[in-house]
Amino acid sequence: TLRLVCTTTAVQRKNVGASGPEKYTEAFIKKQIEEFNLGKRHLANMMGEDPETFTQEDIDRAIAYLFPSGLFDKQARPMMKHPTEVFPEQRKIQWGEDGRPFHFLFYTGKQSYYSLMHETYEKLLNVQKHQDQLIAQDLPLQKEKRNLAGSRWLTKIELEEMLLEKLSDDEYSRFIQLLQKLAALPCADIEETYIQKFSKEVPVQLQKVVIEPLQYDERGVAFSTGEGKRKTASATAVVYDNGTGKITVNGIDILHYFPVLQDREQLLFPFQFLGRIGKHDMVCTVSGGGRSAQAGAIRLASAKALRSFVTEKEVEFMRQAGLLTVDPRVKERKKPGQEGPRRKFTWKKR
Amino acid sequence: AKHTEHHEGRLYDIPLEEVKAVFPHGLPCRFQQQIQTFNEARVMVRKPALELLAYLKGSNFAHPAVRYVIYGERGTGKTMTLCHVVHYCSRQGWLVLHIPDAHLWVKNCKELLQSSYNKTRLDQPLQASVWLKNFKTSNERLLQEIKTQKKYMWGKRESTEEGRPLGEVVEQGLARVRSASDAVGVVLREIKQQSHRGSFRLLVAVDGVNALWGRTTLRKEDKSPVSPEELTLVHHLRKMVMNDWSGGAIVTTLSQTGSLFKPSSAYTPQELLGKEGFDALDPFVPIPVPNYSAREFESCYGYYLERKWLQHEKAHTEDGKAELQFLSGSNPRQLDRLAGPL
Repeated sequence: TLRLVCTTTAVQRKNVGASGPEKYTEAFIKKQIEEFNLGKRHLANMMGEDPETFTQEDIDRAIAYLFPSGLFDKQARPMMKHPTEVFPEQRKIQWGEDGRPFHFLFYTGKQSYYSLMHETYEKLLNVQKHQDQLIAQDLPLQKEKRNLAGSRWLTKIELEEMLLEKLSDDEYSRFIQLLQKLAALPCADIEETYIQKFSKEVPVQLQKVVIEPLQYDERGVAFSTGEGKRKTASATAVVYDNGTGKITVNGIDILHYFPVLQDREQLLFPFQFLGRIGKHDMVCTVSGGGRSAQAGAIRLASAKALRSFVTEKEVEFMRQAGLLTVDPRVKERKKPGQEGPRRKFTWKKR
Repeated sequence: AKHTEHHEGRLYDIPLEEVKAVFPHGLPCRFQQQIQTFNEARVMVRKPALELLAYLKGSNFAHPAVRYVIYGERGTGKTMTLCHVVHYCSRQGWLVLHIPDAHLWVKNCKELLQSSYNKTRLDQPLQASVWLKNFKTSNERLLQEIKTQKKYMWGKRESTEEGRPLGEVVEQGLARVRSASDAVGVVLREIKQQSHRGSFRLLVAVDGVNALWGRTTLRKEDKSPVSPEELTLVHHLRKMVMNDWSGGAIVTTLSQTGSLFKPSSAYTPQELLGKEGFDALDPFVPIPVPNYSAREFESCYGYYLERKWLQHEKAHTEDGKAELQFLSGSNPRQLDRLAGPL
C-alpha cells in the first residue's frame, strides 16, 4: 500500500462529516443559506452592481476590496462563501424514531463503504456474465482500452469525502484493486460510467506556454526578449543572434558587473546547456535584489528568451533542467518570540 | 629570444639565467610562480608590445626622450608588456632603469629618515637599498663603464672622487644604508647627464607611475600626512620622468591595483594620474592594452594544454574552451586564475 507522504489540508482538517452525527442541524444550515443570499444582495447593492447577476467571483473580488489582507495563506483571509462550502457535509441521523437503522449494513460500522464494495462486486459479476454470453455467441470481445495513462483513481481522502466515513489504508487498497480488476475486463465498457465516477483526469502538465516568434530588428539580426525574477530582483534580457558571446548588463560588461565567478557561471548555464556559448550576444537590464539574486534573474530571463531560438524538444529539456522555472524561495518572515525566522532566543535554564 | 615582429600571439622563451639577470625584481608575482612551476619563462608577444618596440626602433635619439604610457583595465597584461620591452632593451645593450612598482615606495614603509642632504625631505633607506641591489644585478656591465663626473660627499668622512665607476656609488649606497636614497639620487643624475652624450642608451621603465603624483599612506611622526614631493625617491624619479634629456626612452605603466584612494573602475590616464600627473607627463604616447584577442586566447589555451596545466577532462574539449573564454571574458588574469584549480 502506498502512503501519502505529504498530507494536504484536506486531511488536516478532520473529516468532520465522518466523525459523530450532526453538529449543525438542517434548520441551522437553511438559515445560514438564507442569510448568505441576503448578504449577497446587500453586498451587490453596496458595490453598485445588479443583485440578480452577482456571481461568486464578484463576491470574492468585493470582499478582497473591502477587507484587504496581507496574509499569505489564502484560507486565512476573510471570505464569504455559500454555506455548503463552508460547513462540511454531514451524515444525517441514520436511524428512525423507533431506533431502527435505515440502511441494512448499518451495524457493520462503515455502511457506505461496504455497500460500495457490494455494488462494485455486483458490477463485476454483471460484466463477467456479459462476457460469458458473448463467448457463448462467439462474438468478438470488444476492447477499447481506457486511457489509463491520463486518469488516476480517487485518493483515499477523496474517497473518504465521498463516503463521509473514515477508511483504513487496507480497505482503500482493496477497493482500488477491485476497481482495477473491473476495469481490466474486456467488456468493462458497459460499466464505463460507473468507473468514471471513481477516476479523475490527470491535469495536463505542460500548461502550453506560448513561444514567441523571433523578432527582427533594423539590421536584420534576429532577437528575442525574456523576463525573469528571483527574490526581489527582476531582469529583462534581449538575446541577439549571430553574435560573439559578449554580454552586457545595465551597460556594463559582465566581467565588471559580476566580479564573482559564481555569478558568471549562472549566466553561462543556459548557453552551455544548449551548446550555444559563442553564438549569441545579450543585452540585459536588471534591478533590485542582491548580487546572487540578480544573476539568477538574468539566467531565467535569458533561458526564456532562448526558447524562441530552439526546437520544442530542447525547450522540454530546458524545462526539466529547471532553467525555466521561477525560483519560489523568498525571505521567510520573522516570527514574534523568536530571533529570526527559525532561530529561537538563547535558552536559559534559569 | 628572437625579436621578431609579425609573430603576434606566439609565445617566446626567455632562458632562466637571463631572467634572473634582467628581472631581479620586475615580474608580477603570479608570473614568477608560473615560471617556477613550468621551469621556463614564456612571454606572449602581443600587439601593444610590438607597437612599442617599433616606436623604439624608429625613434631618433637626438630628440628629447619620448614618453609612453601603457594603460588598460585590470589584469590585461600591462606589466608583462613592460617586461617584454625591458628584456628587449637589455638584449640590445641599453642601460635599463626598471622600477618594479612605484606604489611600493609610497605605502607600507616602516622607516622614514630625515634626509641629510635636504632638510625638508624624507628618506626611505629600506626600499632604496633593495632597489639599488636589484639595479646592480641587472646592469652590472654598464655600471663599470660609466664614470662619475662630480665629487660627492657622503657624510663627513666618505666621499667619491671624480671618474670612479658608478658601481662604486651603488656599493656605497648599499654599504651605508642611511644614505641609500641619496645614492639613488646621484645615480639617476649621473645617468641623465651622460645619456645626452650618447655613449649608451637609457630606458626608464616605471611600473605604477601614478603613484608618483597621488597621495601616500605614510605619516610623519607628528601624524601629519606626507605628500609625495617630500620623499626623496619620488622626487628623483619625477626628475627622471621629465622630458628634458635625450638619448633614450621612458616607458611607464599605470596600475590601479596598487594605487591608493582611487576607485577600482578607473583605468584611463586622466583618472589615475590626477591633474598634476597628467600635466607633468603631458606630451606622451598612450598605448592601450586590451584583453586577449581570439588568436591570443587560443595560443594561451594551447600552451596550458601543452604543459598539461589543465587536468579536467572537459577542459580539453571545444566546449570547455568556449566556457573558459566566456567565463574569463578573455581577460588574461581571469584566465590564469580560472585555469589554476583546473
